[in-house]
Order: sequence, then structure tokens, then C-alpha cells
Amino acid sequence: MSDITVAPENLKSRPGIALGELTKQQSICIDTDEITMQVKNLNLFYGDKQALKDVSLSIAKNRVTAFIGPSGCGKSTLLRCFNRMNDLIDTCHIEGEILRDNKNIFDRDVDVTDLRRRVGMVFQKPNPFPKSIYENVAYGLRLQGVKKRRDLDERVVWALKSAAIWEEVKDRLQDSALALSGGQQQRLVIARAVAVQPEVLLLDEPASALDPNSTLKIEELINSLKEKYTIVIVTHNMQQAARVSDYTAFMNLGDLVEFGDTNTIFTNPKEKQTEAYITGRYG
Amino acid sequence: MDKKVFTNAHISEQYNEDMRELRSHILAMGGLVEKQVSDAIRALVERDTELAIAVRNNEKRINSMELTIDEECTRVLALRQPAASDLRLVLAVSKTISDLERIGDEANKIAKMAILLSEQGQSPRGYIESRHIGDLVMRMLHNSLDAFARLDAESAYNVARDDNEVDVEYESAIRQLVTYMMEDPRSISRVINVMWSLRALERIGDHARNIAEQVIYIVKGTDVRHISVEQMKTQVFKAD
Repeated sequence: MSDITVAPENLKSRPGIALGELTKQQSICIDTDEITMQVKNLNLFYGDKQALKDVSLSIAKNRVTAFIGPSGCGKSTLLRCFNRMNDLIDTCHIEGEILRDNKNIFDRDVDVTDLRRRVGMVFQKPNPFPKSIYENVAYGLRLQGVKKRRDLDERVVWALKSAAIWEEVKDRLQDSALALSGGQQQRLVIARAVAVQPEVLLLDEPASALDPNSTLKIEELINSLKEKYTIVIVTHNMQQAARVSDYTAFMNLGDLVEFGDTNTIFTNPKEKQTEAYITGRYG
Repeated sequence: MDKKVFTNAHISEQYNEDMRELRSHILAMGGLVEKQVSDAIRALVERDTELAIAVRNNEKRINSMELTIDEECTRVLALRQPAASDLRLVLAVSKTISDLERIGDEANKIAKMAILLSEQGQSPRGYIESRHIGDLVMRMLHNSLDAFARLDAESAYNVARDDNEVDVEYESAIRQLVTYMMEDPRSISRVINVMWSLRALERIGDHARNIAEQVIYIVKGTDVRHISVEQMKTQVFKAD
């Protein structure tokens, strides 16, 4: 994705540039990648408290974008904006826009259910429904109106294969999903999310409740999923962000401090705050 | 939300300690290597066989320091997964110690030539050149280690620039020595030994430049290997 050598005159147009060098109104241009969603001057308040401050960034298509930062920095809040999960919070008030297909997702005429189908979400703790493995994945499909048994079977198998869990569950599809291990449950939940074929997958600390091996499986999965989906991931595990993502955004106290390609952020960040955070000097 | 601060120290005190040790160990190794080179040059130009033998005996210490520091680097990488400037420091240390070890090897070669030349009796010419290039190279080595200790990219750049001067002096000294050999074929074997020592000195200059390049990498995050001094200047220091 990134060239090894970059002529200095090209640096201006590349990610990894300190935000101080750009006016905040400019969203950062991401090389040659196609942009799926674009955040423009987003401010978010919980009551009087501002949780996101004039955030602008672009989410590149078929890439993994990671949000990192200390607790309370606004990264999960930002993630939840992408499918308007914050609508569920009464005191939440949003200014600015997030564009998808040149349309602001906060516009009144946007069908939120449709948006959430296109922008799926997986949470920190695996939350399978207390149903069979098969039904967990088929649930969203039924909601979409898929009724034929054959179509359902086909899509369920495909989703389970995509989420790299098919081999482990193919002989027990009618067993309760709750009988699976944590790592398997999380992959099942991802299968449920991809079954409805979203364009974007939002992952909110998808591996933080899992053991190291399950974590690696999830990371492998993220890597294979990005061929078909655009992935945005929030993680506290910086090594994970470094391993799985193409772009990284570092946030602190509601500000987007630095946004750029992951290699640059983890080897030579431009901002002192980013440097301090990723080297473990923040506390 | 509680106010957090960005500090120079890691949250983990043990991590701080690890990084401090890494830096102090490489500087200790640098100090020893510097002394080896300076002793080897002195042994050569003053025909001090005893000193040359001492230099050869010290070689093992440098080798074992290289192994120890390398192990420390591996440990930090495995246990701490350093990032950004910490990562650059560990990588640079790991590369620098192999340059230092090779400088030690070159000092060893010079000491070996010093012993040979001393045994061969009457001095051939070439000592003035050796002393001159030796001084230049010692200054480069000293400054590169100094730049490492202070993480000073500017003086590291000056070291890289000085290497060009050493190369020019080396070429001219070799031409001079070839003339001596043509004038007096009986001196050939001895002059060749002097040439070997000059070659070793020139290589030490190259290694000092490598160390300086690592300092620039740590400080600026730019890999400046395999580019000219002019390119280095425009790519790294233009913005300053």
C-alpha cells in the first residue's frame, strides 16, 4: 500500500502528516484509496460535555482503519457515529457530517435501519442470541426477507465460512450458540454481521475479551475480511492496531491528534502526544 | 475526566531501566572500541609491540559485549514490543553494535600490522599518512559516539560528511605509497602492510558513518543509508 521511498515533495499529499500542518477543515486525503465514508468537522456532545471536537477523517474502502487512544478519548463514540448508534442516547447531540455516497448519514431522510444493515457492528463482548448457531446467523437474513430455506442455508454457510468458524461448527449448527467458547462466539457474531453483507464493519474492541489464540484468529479474520469489506476497529491493544490496520487514528480527549498510515504512526509519528501514547509514556 | 500527562519516562519503570541500560551499555562498548582504535594507531605509528598485543588481547571483550547487548535488544523486543522512537533506538543499537564489533576487528588488524611492521625493522614510509588518516578517523568515531550519546542528528550529519574527507585522503595516501613501492621495490612487502592498516582505518571511517546514520534514524525517523551526504542534507534537515 505505501511506497518504500517517498520523494519529500510528495509528503504533503500523504497520510501521516501532523494535523497541525493542515487546517482542520481539510479532511486528510488517503493516497489513492477509494473513500467509503468521510467524517467532516464532527462535534459530538453528551449533554454539556463535548466528546468529539471537530473531527475530520476519511475511511478508505477495503482497508482497515484503527482508532486508538486512552479511555475516554472518544474513539468508541466516533465509531458509533458511523451507524448512528448514538441516536439511542437521549442527551447526545451531533454537529457536522459523515458522508456516505455523498449523502450525510445524519440527514432526516436517511433510513437508519438500512444504514445499520450497510454499516454493521460487532461489540467488545460476544453477544450471540440465545438461539442455535444456525439461527443466530439466519436472524438478520430473515429480517431482510430471505425466506427460502435453500437461500438461507446457502447464506448461513457462506457467512460462517467467511468468519472462519465453519469447520468448528458445521456438525453442530442446531446447538445453542451459548455453548461455544468466547472466541468462537465472537466469530459467530462476526458471521452474523457479515451475513447481511454490509459494506462497512465496525468492530468495537472485538478481541479484548478473548484469549491470545482466539485474538490471533480474529486478527486473521479481519485481514481476510478486508478484501470484501471496509473495516473500522477500535482497540486498546496497540500491537493489534499495528498488526491489523492500514490506517490509524490516534485520539485524545475528543481530539483527533494524528491520522495516517499505520506504518508511519508506529515507527515515526509526527505528533509528540502520539509518540508518548504508543511508546507507553502516557499516564 | 482526569488530566493525564505526557512524560518523557515510560509508565513502566522497569522499561525505563531496560532502555537506560541499553544506552549505557552501547556507550560503554563504544568507549572500549574507541580506546582500541586509538591504541592500535599509536602502536602502529610508535612501533609499540606491547601495546599492539594488548589491543589484540582486548578483542574478545568487544565480541562478548556485542553478544550481551544483542541479547538485551532481543529481550526488549520480545517483552516490551517497543514502538516509534523506542523501536528505532533498539533497532539502531542492534545495528550499531555490529558496526562497533567490526571497528574492533579493524583495530585488531591494525595492531597485527603494527606487530609485523615492528618485526620487519626499519620503518617504511607511510606513517605520516597513517597518523593523519588515523586522527581523522578517530575524530569521526568519537563524534559519532558522542552524537549517539546526545542523540544529536546535526553532529551525526557532520560525521557522515567527514567520511568523504577520509575517502579522499585515503585515495591520495594509496597513490603516494604506490609511488614509494615503485621507487624502492624492496620495501613492497612492508608498504603493503602499511596499506592494509590504512585500509582498516578507512573502513573504520565507514563504520563510524554507519553509526552516525543510525543516530539520524533514531532522531529523525528517516533511513539515510545508501544516499549521498547532499541528499541527506536535503531530505532530513531541509525543514529545520
